[in-house]
Amino acid sequence: MSEPAARTTERPHPPGTYPVVVVGSGPGALQTSYCLTRLGVEHALLSSDDRPGGMFRHFPIFQRLISWSKPYSPSERGSRAYQRYDWNSLLAEDREHQALVPEAMDGTSYFPSRAEMEAGIVAFAERTGVRARYSCTWESTERTDDGFVLTTSDGEYRCRVAIFAVGMAQPWKPSIPGLDQVPHYVETREPKEYAGRNVFIIGKRNSGFELADGLLPWARQLFIASPRPAHLSVLTRSLAGARARYLQPYEDHVLGGGNFVIDAVIERVDRTANGFRVQVKGTTTPGDQLFEVDDVIAATGFEVPMQDLPELGVATFMQGRLPAQTPYWESASVPGIYFSGTIMQGAVGLKKYGIPGSSGAVHGFRNNARLLARHIAEKHLGIVLPRPEVAAPHLADLLLDEATNAPELWNQVSYLAAAFSSGDGRWSNEGIVPLAHFVDSGPRNGIAIAVETDPSGDIHPAVYVRRDGEVEEHLLRSSPTHDYTGAEHKRELSSIITTIRT
Amino acid sequence: MNAEEVVDTLASFALFSDLSRPELESTAHTFEEEWFSEGQRIIRQGFSGTGFYVILEGEASANIDGERRAKLSRGDFFGELSILLDEPPVADIVALTPLRCLVLPRTELEGWLVSLPWVSLRMLQAELRRLRTANRWRA
Repeated sequence: MSEPAARTTERPHPPGTYPVVVVGSGPGALQTSYCLTRLGVEHALLSSDDRPGGMFRHFPIFQRLISWSKPYSPSERGSRAYQRYDWNSLLAEDREHQALVPEAMDGTSYFPSRAEMEAGIVAFAERTGVRARYSCTWESTERTDDGFVLTTSDGEYRCRVAIFAVGMAQPWKPSIPGLDQVPHYVETREPKEYAGRNVFIIGKRNSGFELADGLLPWARQLFIASPRPAHLSVLTRSLAGARARYLQPYEDHVLGGGNFVIDAVIERVDRTANGFRVQVKGTTTPGDQLFEVDDVIAATGFEVPMQDLPELGVATFMQGRLPAQTPYWESASVPGIYFSGTIMQGAVGLKKYGIPGSSGAVHGFRNNARLLARHIAEKHLGIVLPRPEVAAPHLADLLLDEATNAPELWNQVSYLAAAFSSGDGRWSNEGIVPLAHFVDSGPRNGIAIAVETDPSGDIHPAVYVRRDGEVEEHLLRSSPTHDYTGAEHKRELSSIITTIRT
Repeated sequence: MNAEEVVDTLASFALFSDLSRPELESTAHTFEEEWFSEGQRIIRQGFSGTGFYVILEGEASANIDGERRAKLSRGDFFGELSILLDEPPVADIVALTPLRCLVLPRTELEGWLVSLPWVSLRMLQAELRRLRTANRWRA
């Protein structure tokens, strides 16, 4: 085993030339570095922080995550299938490096605390020997004929491929008059300091509801406002919505408990002698309203610290908060620049029924990072990875087993797929791939399976067939226990497979 | 493009020309923004679950069985027929240039149209123009 990272005094990855440079030391950067190393890809891992953990060194502000890790599950801890139930541990090949977050949890909740999550990340870095050059700050970026130069506080790094896993780490506020005088989510004070005060929270996503939930026992009255009605994960059937465990303030609102969830455009915020005046214009219920409150908190989200990347030509969207990306997380406008970690949510995929992938969360992007490393190794470094041959009679069973058990497909519903290509009279296992890549740029002949949800809540396998470059979709029926390995599914899928040329 | 610029852009489109400023702001918040690179498919012929799109910047083509049938640009919209008729899309929509769109999930389109009858009327007019063009083409 490598020497534990935290106890090594010599700083790794000095300035110089590397095939790949990875910036960051949160879970996305560590997962990417680990996967590159396993593929034999030399790279430098740089971070302005002084230790691993990224955002989890500080947030969530109320110190409890919204992503679960189930210590006891239908699958054995550490197995591939167990990853489906453990949303927080980073992925590793060796048993002693797997499922490290449940190992750190004390059993009081199946949502790890922030400290338990941080401990799991630190343990991953130490045990796997992933070493970053800490306290090395990325300052600027230049394009060269054959790649990029990243100037850092320690000197210059030249590379063919640059991967930025720097998180959506920068507090973001919309341009509302007066909002600059208001503290952001990250500046929320100790809950008891809000005792007996009227608090106006701007934002109805998870951070807004997290604050409201944490302040319920302290605040005199809470107002939670934004233009759109609250989206709730139990209704959107995805992570696109406030998670169930933060919904106590919402229940308080709908039962007339004295706290309010308001759909309104925030027109302006003004300071008053004793607090703030918030002027709003109703959206779902038209009308102007004024709120005189003691505190206002902007739970308005974060943006990627893009630094000079937009000047380099990196296209962004969502008001410049995220870089636009290909299905393999490459900048859509500057080849050779990739993104990892939570920034991967900028690659939207098929987003069927408006349901996004889970790339913004650890259980989504840890799988993406593994594919990203494979993609870079093959596309940029000429490494040829094996694609094992599959006997045709086993293909239907393999596909249905993946749809039933593959953690990648369940952690990344409708974003990742298990794919097989055909040609030269044989079937080959392409492994897990981004579904959008398979349907638009996949093999000339092949088949892929994903797990998808529709608005009725039906969770079913979706099969995509590429035949002579054309693609078609087949939705298989669902199963009450999500087991698709039975005879009916096999019959239906086999009849589809026989139409594909090998 | 910041929120203010999105609202200003929407105000210049025929589909939204009857909306007040608060209605435009509400619309801008209801939709989400997506960005597509040249050659990327936004809607895929025959696939379920597609959304409703309004082009903010750039151009796209509508292709049926690989043959280009129409060119779409700033202010044009697509995806509504598949949603309102509850049928898979009959065309691919492919970005011809970098393309910035606003998108609404299919589950939200009907409610949004009902809440803004003037948008429904403008959409109906646009559909009738498309029908007239298709009839001329057949004749």
